[in-house]
Amino acid sequence: MQNDQLALAQTRGSVDPRVKRPLPAWVSTTALLLPTYGWLTLAVFLPLLTMLAFSFMSATPMGKTPVEFTLKQYRAFIDQPYLLRIGFNSLMMGFWTTLFCAILGFLAAVALVRATVGKTREALLVLILLPFWTNGLVRVFSWTMVLRENGFLDNLLHMVAPDAGSISILYTRYAVVLGLVHGYLPYMILTCYIALVTIDDAIIEAAASLGARWWTILYKILIPMAAPGLISGAVLIFIPVIGSFMEPRILGGRVGVTMGTVIEDQFTQAFNWPLGASLSFTLLAVVLAIFATFSGILRRGTAG
Amino acid sequence: MTNVKVKSVAKTYGPIPVLTDISTEFEEGSFTSLLGPSGSGKTTLLRIIAGFIKPDEGIIMIGNNDVTNVPVWGRNIGMMFQSYALFPHMTIAQNVAFGLERRGIKGEAARKEVDRALEMVRLSGFGDRTPKQLSGGQQQRVALARAIVIKPSVLLLDEPLSALDRRLRQEMQVELLRIQRESGLTTIFVTHDQEEALTLSDKVAILDRGRIVQIGEPETVYERPLTRFAAEFLGDSNFLSGKVENGAVRLSNGTVVRSDSALPGNGADVTLAIRPEKMSLATADSQPNRLSARITTVIYAGPVLSYILETPDGLPLKLFAQNRDGRVLREGETVSLSWSPEHTIAVAN
Repeated sequence: MQNDQLALAQTRGSVDPRVKRPLPAWVSTTALLLPTYGWLTLAVFLPLLTMLAFSFMSATPMGKTPVEFTLKQYRAFIDQPYLLRIGFNSLMMGFWTTLFCAILGFLAAVALVRATVGKTREALLVLILLPFWTNGLVRVFSWTMVLRENGFLDNLLHMVAPDAGSISILYTRYAVVLGLVHGYLPYMILTCYIALVTIDDAIIEAAASLGARWWTILYKILIPMAAPGLISGAVLIFIPVIGSFMEPRILGGRVGVTMGTVIEDQFTQAFNWPLGASLSFTLLAVVLAIFATFSGILRRGTAG
Repeated sequence: MTNVKVKSVAKTYGPIPVLTDISTEFEEGSFTSLLGPSGSGKTTLLRIIAGFIKPDEGIIMIGNNDVTNVPVWGRNIGMMFQSYALFPHMTIAQNVAFGLERRGIKGEAARKEVDRALEMVRLSGFGDRTPKQLSGGQQQRVALARAIVIKPSVLLLDEPLSALDRRLRQEMQVELLRIQRESGLTTIFVTHDQEEALTLSDKVAILDRGRIVQIGEPETVYERPLTRFAAEFLGDSNFLSGKVENGAVRLSNGTVVRSDSALPGNGADVTLAIRPEKMSLATADSQPNRLSARITTVIYAGPVLSYILETPDGLPLKLFAQNRDGRVLREGETVSLSWSPEHTIAVAN
């Protein structure tokens, strides 16, 4: 509408011979939208389309084998039933990581909003963002130092209880989830923080004046009101986590076989790009199906 | 229905004293306004009574209970905030029922209470809407219903009408007063709007820099201010200062002014406060106190005329006159003012 008014103003002005004839509105609109859509096409749609094309091929189109159109790549889950178990484990890994991130992240965000002011809050926010700025590989490897037999955690335990057996949770699913929670927690803290800072203090005070104790305020006021933050945090975490391959590989060892590592293997080890692509799209479809199922419930939960 | 007692309450934030030795009683069923400029400590006092702030010293009593160490949720207070503070994710009925649920009142019993409270604030049938669908005035009435439905021991109002526009605010004042009278709740009302305080309250407490400088019925506080601050903050005042001489006051320009107030001994410095509407333009049967002054500004406001004047020795004065005969004096005219000794109040500086 602004554009139209602008164009209108220019049309009126065109009586003056010094003013150039205005361009039609659609030209400026297109020109303004072009960078956004151009970038989206280049960075998102084209690679995805290429991958989609790959997933229907019988072999990677770089060898000598003739390439044909086929749907067999999408039958992988039927042909190789062990993939079902891996897929399920990946979803569970995503579920637990998201759940722990949600609990820890929400409480951290509440503490950040409710208990601190000014400079302290800024300093804490920077500390929370630190995992983002450290190299992921370094971060994950340092966990192996902590979790392995004779590692930091083990030594700490033996300092307290010398007779205790050796603990080593390295190369277990716990270690994988731990590493993932560490890496992805900041997303949840930030999304929850943004949702929580907008809540007026008076609302919490009103609840307290009506007789609500802290836990009632937490689950009757803060969680429902910050639900959009929790949901966007969960989406931001769940999707990359079920496709993650670095943390499972380094911290999970033998048990760390996930959809992420299987897909990565197809591209880097087995050189079977079509299978890797079809597995990626299957995973994407499953994730979208999960979100489609839950979005209705979530939307009802956050109405208002 | 209970009274609230505040005994020797003090609060400092770092080096700054916010409240200094406040002791007062809010009587059962009374409507008291805490009036003062920002920074006077009125909101702090209210929040100490509510339990959001712990006083450094002193005791808060609600009824016969010492609640100084009782947390907010255990004090059974009803509170209204300037920002309404409705729960946006709940319906109006759920908002009102929130406090009842906390007291274990659920189902049919709660529904009845909620309906009654909504009826009291004239919002019957709004229960299924969300706060967003209501206007500011309606939201504030929901907040009032939510606060009174729990039958609180005391109703605490933190500038609840400040966010409303003028017409709505006057409407809400009437509603608030009606509901307060019907429910008989001891009410403490924080405001910086003096007119609102005078209209609504049984008692007005004027706060200045952390102290209650005067507390009393609106007429008393307005007609007999104790300090210069009280006379200036509540309404307008003209101030004359001089020395006591034989039971009257001699101003620096030599004029002698009589006052019915108790005056200190001969030679003492004294400040006199006179309300602008108590002064009139001198006529034959005028009062004994007189001053002549030149009109510098005329403000014509329909029923009331405000004159801003200056005495020959540069003292600024104000005079409010009823627009009775439609005659308006001109700027630059010199007039003679008169007022009675009864309305000449000696105030502490």
